[in-house]
Amino acid sequence: MKLRSHLTITLRVNGLVRQEQVDARTTLLDLLREHLDLTGTKKGCNFGECGACTVHLNGRRVNGCLVLAASADGAEVTTIEGLAADGKLHPVQQAFIDLDAFQCGYCTPGQVMSAVALIREGHTRSAAEIREWMSGNLCRCSSYPQIVAAVEAAMDAKEG
Amino acid sequence: MSIGEPLPRIDGPIKVTGAARYTADVHVTNMLYGVLVTASIPAGKVTGIDKSNALAEAGVVRVFTHEDMPRARSPIAGPPFAHSFLPLQDDQIRHEGQVIALVLAETLEAAEAGARKVRVRCAPTLAKIPATLAWPEIDRAAEPPRNTGYFFLETDFSKGNAGQNLASAPRHIAAVYSQPSRHHNPMEPSAVLALWDGDALTVYDSTQHVFAVQQGLAALFGIPPASVRVISQHTGGAFGLKGLIGSHEALAAQAARIAGRPVRIALSRANMYSFLGYQPRIVQKMGLGADEKGILAAVTHDVVNLTTVTDDYIEATTEASKALYATPTMWLRHRAERANVAMPTAMRAPGEGPGMWALESAMDELAFDLGMDPLDLRLANYAETDPATGAPWSSKKLREAYEDGARLFGWRDRPRSPRRDGDWIVGQGMASCLMGTFRFPSRAQVRLHCDGTAIVETGTQDIGTGVLTIFPQIAADVLGVSVSMIEFKMGDTTLPEAGPTYGSSSTMGVGAAVLAAAQDVRDKLARLANLPPAGVSMAEGRIGRTGAAESFSIAEVMERAGEPEIVGTGSFDPSKHGAGYSMRTFGAIFVEVGVDLELGLLRLRRAVGSYSVGRVVNPRTAHAQLLGGIVWGWGMAAMEQSAFEPTLGRFLSKNLAGVAIPVNADIPSDISIHFVDEVDDKASPIGGKGVGELGATGVAAAIANAVFHATGKRIRALPITPEKLIA
Amino acid sequence: MDSFAYGRAAGIEDALAEGSGPNTVFLAGGTELLNWLRLGIAKPERVIDLTQLNGLAEIMRLPDGGLRIGALARLNDVALNEDVARGYPVLSQAILKSASAQLRNLATIGGNPFQRTRCGYFRAEDDLPCNKRNPGSGCSALNGINDRHAIFGWSEACVATQPSDPAAALAALDAIFVAAHKGGERRIKAVDFHTLPGDTPHIENTIRHGELIVGIELPVPAPHSAYLKLRERESYEYAVVSAAVALDLEGERISRARIALGSVALKPWRLTEAERSLAGVSANDSAAIRKIIDGSFGEAKALTHNAYKITLAKNAAVRAVRLAAAASS
Repeated sequence: MKLRSHLTITLRVNGLVRQEQVDARTTLLDLLREHLDLTGTKKGCNFGECGACTVHLNGRRVNGCLVLAASADGAEVTTIEGLAADGKLHPVQQAFIDLDAFQCGYCTPGQVMSAVALIREGHTRSAAEIREWMSGNLCRCSSYPQIVAAVEAAMDAKEG
Repeated sequence: MSIGEPLPRIDGPIKVTGAARYTADVHVTNMLYGVLVTASIPAGKVTGIDKSNALAEAGVVRVFTHEDMPRARSPIAGPPFAHSFLPLQDDQIRHEGQVIALVLAETLEAAEAGARKVRVRCAPTLAKIPATLAWPEIDRAAEPPRNTGYFFLETDFSKGNAGQNLASAPRHIAAVYSQPSRHHNPMEPSAVLALWDGDALTVYDSTQHVFAVQQGLAALFGIPPASVRVISQHTGGAFGLKGLIGSHEALAAQAARIAGRPVRIALSRANMYSFLGYQPRIVQKMGLGADEKGILAAVTHDVVNLTTVTDDYIEATTEASKALYATPTMWLRHRAERANVAMPTAMRAPGEGPGMWALESAMDELAFDLGMDPLDLRLANYAETDPATGAPWSSKKLREAYEDGARLFGWRDRPRSPRRDGDWIVGQGMASCLMGTFRFPSRAQVRLHCDGTAIVETGTQDIGTGVLTIFPQIAADVLGVSVSMIEFKMGDTTLPEAGPTYGSSSTMGVGAAVLAAAQDVRDKLARLANLPPAGVSMAEGRIGRTGAAESFSIAEVMERAGEPEIVGTGSFDPSKHGAGYSMRTFGAIFVEVGVDLELGLLRLRRAVGSYSVGRVVNPRTAHAQLLGGIVWGWGMAAMEQSAFEPTLGRFLSKNLAGVAIPVNADIPSDISIHFVDEVDDKASPIGGKGVGELGATGVAAAIANAVFHATGKRIRALPITPEKLIA
Repeated sequence: MDSFAYGRAAGIEDALAEGSGPNTVFLAGGTELLNWLRLGIAKPERVIDLTQLNGLAEIMRLPDGGLRIGALARLNDVALNEDVARGYPVLSQAILKSASAQLRNLATIGGNPFQRTRCGYFRAEDDLPCNKRNPGSGCSALNGINDRHAIFGWSEACVATQPSDPAAALAALDAIFVAAHKGGERRIKAVDFHTLPGDTPHIENTIRHGELIVGIELPVPAPHSAYLKLRERESYEYAVVSAAVALDLEGERISRARIALGSVALKPWRLTEAERSLAGVSANDSAAIRKIIDGSFGEAKALTHNAYKITLAKNAAVRAVRLAAAASS
């Protein structure tokens, strides 16, 4: 086993293959924000206690601040910048606008990434379930009821 | 007519796609990352700092301490700085968490590792710590306040002989209410990026007031304000925390100048508990005296709040008692309890937030004592004019707010005894809501083009309140075009000076300036069209005499006159509006809670907020503000506290795991927001007042009142946590 | 974080070989480790990434009717697995009440028991007197802020609690941790995994350096089981107190009760006395259950600010017994 304090990793971010030199300490979050200029993913606490850094790693929503970039070698990462296809907003993004599910907008990318994954996961059988499964994303301006309504609307949009 | 329309947020697409850039998202070439080192003891001196290990960390470029930071023109600051001492100007430690060094590095990882390697030697001195939470101790520790620049309202007030009335009143409530220190915790940690170009400074900042930052930094460096440009396109939540200049902003600018490279400092969450503001511990001794019908004869309100040893931050807690209920006598006092703690600052609904916690709890206790419905007690003491001054209100429809809210909630039909729902006991409570009206001078500019597009320019800030939509909406309304024709330039000190985005002041203040600027454009367009400016209207991109059929397109008028652009300017000068009137916003909050006494659980089931605020420019964004305010109040009531460790002299948990703020699962969807139909034609040409903070008032008391209804337990110390419920 | 060398294990043997080196830690979900690195709680020179190991995330039934869960199975996958949800609801519920969805997608069932205390002094960004972080520096919580701390098994050296919800459920289920080491495998009972502080609070479990948890085995299903977690906010928060209960019922009669309290001690606390007394009692006899539970707190000792936790823990245990009995198979 080779152990290195600096290494080269290759991963696919929003469909593009990226090869980057990283410090072993660099988190996936800082790789995105400081190396790849994908600043849509936010740092709220850097301890996994707020959810603002939520991204999709190999299809699952995770806190980017708790993943070492080195550990994401070979992985598929989707960030908020990778959601809208061909300039058209993802139904969840549109629902967030329609249902006014944000104010300052800082937690919003994390909320949207969580909501997209949540709908895929299927924990959306009731408003209570949506609230519980979205609780990993703090919102201090507090648009919580609007966020729940946006998830419900996005689900309807997908089905409709 | 766009004013009054619930238009979707114009900033929607950039925020839901992550395209909106906040301060720490801005990259410039050659940038250094800065990480702060803070003091571990609450009082004493820094006797030595060993930088060697930090400098040995690969990538670390520089470590600044008070030993090598140049002396500022004056080491004493004052507003717009958040406290009167400047960072790294001396060896004194005034509180745990005070900034004592700054590490600069090529990478974030290096700066963070380097900061941990700075070795600080201190000589501690005996620290003043907050007194035990008991009125006699706090009363003993309290001192009359000293104004070092941070007072914003008078600290003592009396009318008539409240002491006498209180003593002779047949019904008398005397109780002490308290709340612990708590932090704003916006989702975006504060951040700043400073870069110099010769003697010109540019600062990207997470702030509520770009012009304050400009003014303060210009004074710090002794350069003209025009040499300092402050840019803030989006701030990720502020709630009062980001209105003044913190240590990081001053240091980033100083470090960038010395290092000759741009410096970015993005605070850690722990930093947010260390040297920035917070709402301090506030203890309030309330006295109410009334007759058998509940008519108040006296209100006494004696407040002590914690503050730092260098400056008195005084929370204007008694504003609630000053302005809400009619009473022939009142006695209001503020005192400071000074300790080696960080300097507090205003938090969403400062003053009335804490003040209503005490007043509205006490009123509920009085109602219970009298066997009277809490709402009827409020109505019985309705103030038709300002109770402190006798001045008429600029507008007030609180009676309607009470009645509409009660009806929407079903208040009059509520069960007298709390009902059971499985293991839950369900209770209801209500409280009034009240907020002061702050107004700041502002200027704006509007430029109209032939094709009907327009640019609105004003140096205001976006902290999530909705101004990015509301101000274009106002201009669109005047110019009779769709909001999609309006471009809005803001968040930059090169633009016309706008007031701060705090005090719920933006729509009525900056919005009024935008309104005036748009009207100036319309007036100029009218003259170009040979129409009387006072008698025209604009709609669908055309201008014509009001009521007449004939109209001209904007393009027509401007092309014929040979004008490619019409520039209008406008301002809002508070002294010219509403003089002689008392201005407040009002409301009523009704809540239903569930309590599980065995498990110590308190949960919100539903709420109705009913508000008298004047004209609402955008009901959609206003709804979000008030709902957000109610959730803010829920946090205050049910969970928020930043526990202070008395032996170590610091806030113990500087993170989001040891300090609880509400999560999605805490908040039911059954929260209704209702606005009373109203126009305030005195306070501002906009016809309305602020909504950003009103929703956060009264909530804590309404919840405690509901808990009392459900359980018979009267809780007077926030937050209402399990150990208090099972006691 | 301080600098470290990172490597990826290709197989278990590889991991075990490297893992026994000095100043070396394993990385699985990373939901604790990265924070320890940031706080200086852990300062390894070498970090061995286990996440690419194959074959350690499966959940499969055992011939004896039990269940084997691979250590690298992500918490959400474990909780939502049909065999776990139906057969061991206490575990499924405990996991789903832990952390957040995003954290549960990273965290592994094998890493979770290594979770460390949430004591505010331990978790501070600064080095505060703490016998776990710096043996011999003292316990700040003993006479300080201890309203969330232990009511059982604490010592003057440490009054912290083990916050893991899955750990409490695994203790109630009499789970077994299977640990691999260079010489073979070792089986550790869940109830013996965590240790009490005594004089050595910096030691928290019985795992040996270089050992790796490779799986968790559950005995036969416990469908009449439930997890109750008490906290002031509804989600994304550690427990003030929690209770994991598994009942064997014959009709309405409790033939066997297992009760593990969480967040009351540095290990999940089995109420063994109550368990004995509950055998034979009707699940509907709330008075008897109340009396038995209340009477089983003889060893409980409050600190200066947490006496309420004793009442809360008793109430939580009583309520959880009721919930477990009502859980349908």
